[in-house]
Amino acid sequence: MTTAFTPTPSGAHVRAVHDPFHGDLLEISMGPHHPSTHGVFRMMVTLDGENVVKLKPVFGYLHRNHEKLGENTSYLGSMPYTDRLDYFCSMTNNWAYALAVEKLAGQPVPERAEYLRVILAELTRLLNHTCLAGFLLQDTGASGTPLMYAFREREKILDLFEALSGSRMMCNYQRFGGCRIDATPAWLAAVRGIVDGYGAFLDEYEELITGNEILLARTQNVGVLSPALAVSAGITGPMLRAAGVDYDLRKVDGYGLYPRFDFRVPLGAHGDTYDRYMVRMLEMRESIGILRQALAAIPDGPIMDPKAKIRGFRPKPGEAYGRIEGPKGEIGFYLISDGTPNPYRYRVRPPSLINLTVLEDLCLGHTLADAVIILGSIDIVLGEVDR
Amino acid sequence: MIMPDAARPETPAPSPVPAPGPSDAERDELRRHGILLTSIHELANWGRSHSVWPLQFGLACCAIEMIAASMARFDIARFGSEVFRPSPRQADLLIVSGTVTKKMAPQVIRLWNQMPEPKYCIAMGACAISGGPFKQGYNVLKGIDRFIPVDVYIPGCPPRPEALLHGLMELQDQIRAGRTAASRPTVKAAQASGDYPVPDFGPEDLEPPANPAIWQPPALVRPDKP
Repeated sequence: MTTAFTPTPSGAHVRAVHDPFHGDLLEISMGPHHPSTHGVFRMMVTLDGENVVKLKPVFGYLHRNHEKLGENTSYLGSMPYTDRLDYFCSMTNNWAYALAVEKLAGQPVPERAEYLRVILAELTRLLNHTCLAGFLLQDTGASGTPLMYAFREREKILDLFEALSGSRMMCNYQRFGGCRIDATPAWLAAVRGIVDGYGAFLDEYEELITGNEILLARTQNVGVLSPALAVSAGITGPMLRAAGVDYDLRKVDGYGLYPRFDFRVPLGAHGDTYDRYMVRMLEMRESIGILRQALAAIPDGPIMDPKAKIRGFRPKPGEAYGRIEGPKGEIGFYLISDGTPNPYRYRVRPPSLINLTVLEDLCLGHTLADAVIILGSIDIVLGEVDR
Repeated sequence: MIMPDAARPETPAPSPVPAPGPSDAERDELRRHGILLTSIHELANWGRSHSVWPLQFGLACCAIEMIAASMARFDIARFGSEVFRPSPRQADLLIVSGTVTKKMAPQVIRLWNQMPEPKYCIAMGACAISGGPFKQGYNVLKGIDRFIPVDVYIPGCPPRPEALLHGLMELQDQIRAGRTAASRPTVKAAQASGDYPVPDFGPEDLEPPANPAIWQPPALVRPDKP
């Protein structure tokens, strides 16, 4: 490709490029300030008319040196930082990190704490998928209303998080060997109330949105992800299952207490944007089922292993990888210990970043407006992409 | 005691228009009789304070709480600020909602330059104020007030939506009183020279690392040694 003119040092926003194969093209820099890029994400999109012929993602605008800070703080000191990775799903991030450290230190977890973790993780899944549906529909042009409905439900779940952990978004709740604060019977009753009402909300939401003709036209056969590409690119989470690959860590690993619960894994048939939306809606129904079972079976007992060490925590030298099925995909933490209070290496496996790698493959041939929806359906959070 | 120059409490700047005519007490007296006296400036500032349009610009975690503040439960529309504009050309208020990294700082300042006067800035959250929990890191700007004048600082990580609303009310008070950051003498002098300089994302740090016209390194006040 030859450029018609040299770009300014700061990067031109729109410029003409000539391609011997496609002819005259237009290169647009979308972002980092753009309302539809879900944060500070930038796409260099090359357009032939309105169709995308090339898409280059540019990220790093929110690189907060999470991993380097993890090497310089104690094991427990990194727990609040994991909240800020994917700021919708702080509870699952906490769990994944706690799981990795527990694996490293051989730390058991009491049963009640495991139940609480399942409850909080599934509430997080509800929260994340609800917000995703709101944002996705905002991107399709349903301005305002779906997002307002989604945030109404989000506030209810955040109230629960706040009552339990003291913070709405940055919960910092899990500890190595248990949880920080015990749930009261009143709190569990409040969860029960929200879980009982959530099905009605989903019914209402789906009645309004799912069969909507415009949504179908905008999302069906848009951004088709083939199962082969999904597997080879390392896609995980709802995006992989929308492509029809049956892979859910809750079933595969059976971490926590998930083998005790009866739930199904929804799979998509086409791998398009509509399937990605639909898989999440169905997953929320399954989450409600898991929550009901967990709330019925949660035992009394300690929430913290009495032998767990909080201060002066030094795991033996070794390495561990802990992963869970987060709402966005496989969130994992890889830790190397050298016997000091700080990890020698602290690595995050971010589902958002790895799911984002196929963005260009999904967008090629579609219009620029579709690229926005495809990006929305991938469900990225820039805190996790850039870390 | 360490206090950055920009955050030092100032004597209230003289209002841009000398206030001739009746005193406040006399005005109150007249108001009681159903006569409202005002000046064009006051009226304009009153109007401005109730239609502050923020830029729809999210940086990090705080942006989610900013969105939550604009949703039904907290309803920023009660303060006339529900119109989040995607273009800086149409916005009055820049809410720096989240961590400003060194890669992102030039774009934030460019957005600020593109906003028309009068414009206001709220630094939302610990990261925008000082770098927050990521301050030790190599890639995080230690406070957006190094480059652009900030009217209201909202602490928290992230601040609750109510805190954002409170910050907005503080800003409205400042606008009504004509005491926004733009009226500070240092900022006025910086503004007179045109756009705020946009730093480059250099190999090691931002170049320059701060705008010396509006931000100076904090002066370390030590008790005099005998």
